[in-house]
Amino acid sequence: MPSKGLIASIIDRHRRDRTRLIDILRDIQAKSGFISPEAVADVAAGLGLSTVEVEGVATFYHFFSSRTAGTYAVYLNDSIVSVMKGRAAVAAAFEKAAGCAFGETTRDGRIGLHRTSCIGMNDQEPSALINGVVFTNLTPAKAKIIVEGMKAGMDVPAMVAVTGDGANASKLVRAMVKNNIRKGGPVIFAPFRVGAAVKKAVRMTPEDVIAEIKKSNLLGRGGAGFPTGLKWEFCRRENGEAHYVVCNSDEGEPGTFKDRVILTECPQLLFEGMAVAGYAVGAKEGVLYLRGEYAYLKPYLEKTLADLRKKNILGKKIAGKAGFSFDITIKLGAGAYVCGEESALLQSAQGERGEPRARPPFPVQSGYLFHPTTVNNVETLCMAARILEKGADWFKALGTPRSAGTKVLSVSGDCKKPGVYEIAFGLTVRKLLEMAGGLDAQAVQVGGPSGNCISRGQFDRAIAFEDLATGGSIIVIGPGRDLFEVVHNFMEFFVEESCGWCVPCRAGNPLLLRKLEKIMSGKGTPSDITEIETWGKTIKAMSRCGLGQTSPNPILTTIENFREMYEAKVDRGNSFLPEFDLAESVKAASAVTGQKYAAHAPEKARE
Amino acid sequence: MSKPKTPIHFTVDGKKCQAFLGQTILQAAKDNGVYIPALCRWEGFEPAGACRVCTVRVAGRTMAACTQPVTEGMAVENNVPDLQDMRKSLIEMLFVEGNHMCPTCEKSGNCELQALAYRFQMLVPRFPFQFPARKVEAAGKKILLEHNRCIKCLRCVRGVRTRDNKAVFGALRRSRDKEITVDQALAAALPEKQARQAMDRCPVGSILRKEVGFVVPIGKRKYDKEPIGSDVEKAKD
Ligand SMILES: Cc1cc2nc3c(=O)[nH]c(=O)nc-3n(C[C@H](O)[C@H](O)[C@H](O)COP(=O)(O)O)c2cc1C
Ligand code: SF4
Ligand code: SF4
Repeated sequence: MPSKGLIASIIDRHRRDRTRLIDILRDIQAKSGFISPEAVADVAAGLGLSTVEVEGVATFYHFFSSRTAGTYAVYLNDSIVSVMKGRAAVAAAFEKAAGCAFGETTRDGRIGLHRTSCIGMNDQEPSALINGVVFTNLTPAKAKIIVEGMKAGMDVPAMVAVTGDGANASKLVRAMVKNNIRKGGPVIFAPFRVGAAVKKAVRMTPEDVIAEIKKSNLLGRGGAGFPTGLKWEFCRRENGEAHYVVCNSDEGEPGTFKDRVILTECPQLLFEGMAVAGYAVGAKEGVLYLRGEYAYLKPYLEKTLADLRKKNILGKKIAGKAGFSFDITIKLGAGAYVCGEESALLQSAQGERGEPRARPPFPVQSGYLFHPTTVNNVETLCMAARILEKGADWFKALGTPRSAGTKVLSVSGDCKKPGVYEIAFGLTVRKLLEMAGGLDAQAVQVGGPSGNCISRGQFDRAIAFEDLATGGSIIVIGPGRDLFEVVHNFMEFFVEESCGWCVPCRAGNPLLLRKLEKIMSGKGTPSDITEIETWGKTIKAMSRCGLGQTSPNPILTTIENFREMYEAKVDRGNSFLPEFDLAESVKAASAVTGQKYAAHAPEKARE
Repeated sequence: MSKPKTPIHFTVDGKKCQAFLGQTILQAAKDNGVYIPALCRWEGFEPAGACRVCTVRVAGRTMAACTQPVTEGMAVENNVPDLQDMRKSLIEMLFVEGNHMCPTCEKSGNCELQALAYRFQMLVPRFPFQFPARKVEAAGKKILLEHNRCIKCLRCVRGVRTRDNKAVFGALRRSRDKEITVDQALAAALPEKQARQAMDRCPVGSILRKEVGFVVPIGKRKYDKEPIGSDVEKAKD
């Protein structure tokens, strides 16, 4: 248990700042392996809050625990690609070697085994986080060696024998993570000269910077596709004591990992993009909200920021421009997909539960600390920097008329070359599959679970805002896979990641999941398909944020594109089958009493 | 709020209405005698948009009437069959999500969830009952929390604060595991009036004031006399 002194020093280090509650809880969790009721009470007293407020935050995030998570806390990814790549065998190996099951901690408290949602390593699954250190391409044999290391008391970072490519091998990262950049492109992965964007921007007026971005037709790369120039203009127009730029590095959609690669290989480009945005909207401060899973990148990103300060790309009087100062701080999440939703992200960055806000007001009106804020995706901000460097016309010449520029895709699943591809918009799925070596796919999940599951007949559709829009997640589903298993995995994900605020998403998704299981078990009827569709539409229409509004998509898009699969599962001769199996339910009682319950044959049973 | 009021015009299901800029659709409709059903809303609290029962449709887009500002010329769809059915299904979701044994509940007859179920003519929910295992927190001095009935409307979280502005109620965890919690020490110190208010404002029988019970006899309970929403609809007849 952490001493009172330790907790007091942690709170003091964070200047007793309520908005840093998540940082405080992260430190306590890291130091003591859990957040005890006493710790909650101490933090509440230290910050002048009631205990329920602190407890509310501490219980919201996946990486906080109220019981010990283990001196070594293993978080094994359970997203579908991890499952495809052999998660079950790896999990079994961990359990056998450690001597405890998932969801438990060994009796001595040394090793805890936990599941977690996608950690952004889909091109190198199965993967796990152990005390924040990433382990990729796991096999049962590797799991055994890792457990031996933990039993021997090894330092977790010391268990990383071979590091990945690029900056993954640098001293400050030292991760076994691979970049797997399979196809570079002109916007993101081209060489960048530090200062090229910011120096150009400060020679223009902020209004002209915005005009250039507008002219480029840059649309947000985080998923919603909102015009970036317009967002900056709205933000700039708002009156307020302060304006902010927030970079959304939450990257939680299962199957996407391109922001992780950009953060690893192009952080200068990103930070210049944030500075350009700051100049354009009139902000002095920027916040990089980094998902907890990527905390291993923080020291390296901090060092990059320090270098940029030295080069006067950040700090005061940037690039010699009087009156322009801008700096960036990094805020960490603690495991919650919904925090990728921009207003939930803002709540989380302010140390609150990651629950979306009511909109309006929009973040451009009332964002970080309730000041006008532009929230942009990592890739969007990098592109903005490049547009300043190379010009809007250069950018617009790439892609399609409606979708300008390139898009960085994260390709994973059943393909020979999983990894990151920077492609021009307009590329067909078929071409992409050709490049990635996955042409025999039965289906492709475009845009992650919240996106669209398309069938072979649709492979000639184009990746572009006007056709198949995507935040970047592309999961290739090979011919031998059970598509139901994929759908089921996605629905479990949404059930778990719902913030729980609103009824349709919180109460509705578990009902969809249950109905899906009924169909999968062979107990469904045609009316179950109709009902699940209706319920799904209700959840989409009634939910409060994008999570609930897209959560039925795994079911709805597969019913639309793979209807025959559902129809083959249900009993067409029946109009109703109960999901409740009486014979099954009374099995235990029958065994005790020796009486048999025989379904459909009550006379016999009576004999 | 002290800004000069700018009058605007809008319609609900074709009915011409007047409102002031800055009002929500729900408030504005109410002022025009149009009832939009809602469960989590409480006049005077920051609207939460949690129950979504007040969802209306404008230009093909659904939105919560309790949080959406009304604008000039807005054509709001409210009492239309498909919306009403989706609202009804939200009520039904709440019935299966928790454990609601109305006949044994002290709030029966004064319960907004029950009253809305009557208004929507719910016979039996279309969803399977989940029968979750939930607890009853009875250790507190003044307040009993009956989690089986809680619908997470967040009225208590939003509205019950101590004099030094500390939250007495809070929310734990997320997803279907979300649970309301009470700081029992702070709750015990609540003035009598506030403790009573906490119970009265809970739309269901989840917050109960200990030591008093079943004070209003059957026949005199709030919704014994008239169905929920009829006060709003009568006001402008
Ligand atoms: C549930 C949910 C998760 C999201 N996750 C992310 C994310 O991880 N990264 C991101 O950039 N945008 C995410 N978004 C979209 C953001 O809300 C927001 O639109 C985006 O950050 C805006 O940036 P852009 O304009 O540059 O695209 C998510 C949205 C929802 C509803
Ligand atoms: S839709 Fe889901 S995630 Fe979004 S506010 Fe509602 S419960 Fe929370
Ligand atoms: S206890 Fe009552 S007021 Fe509080 S959230 Fe639950 S239902 Fe709402």
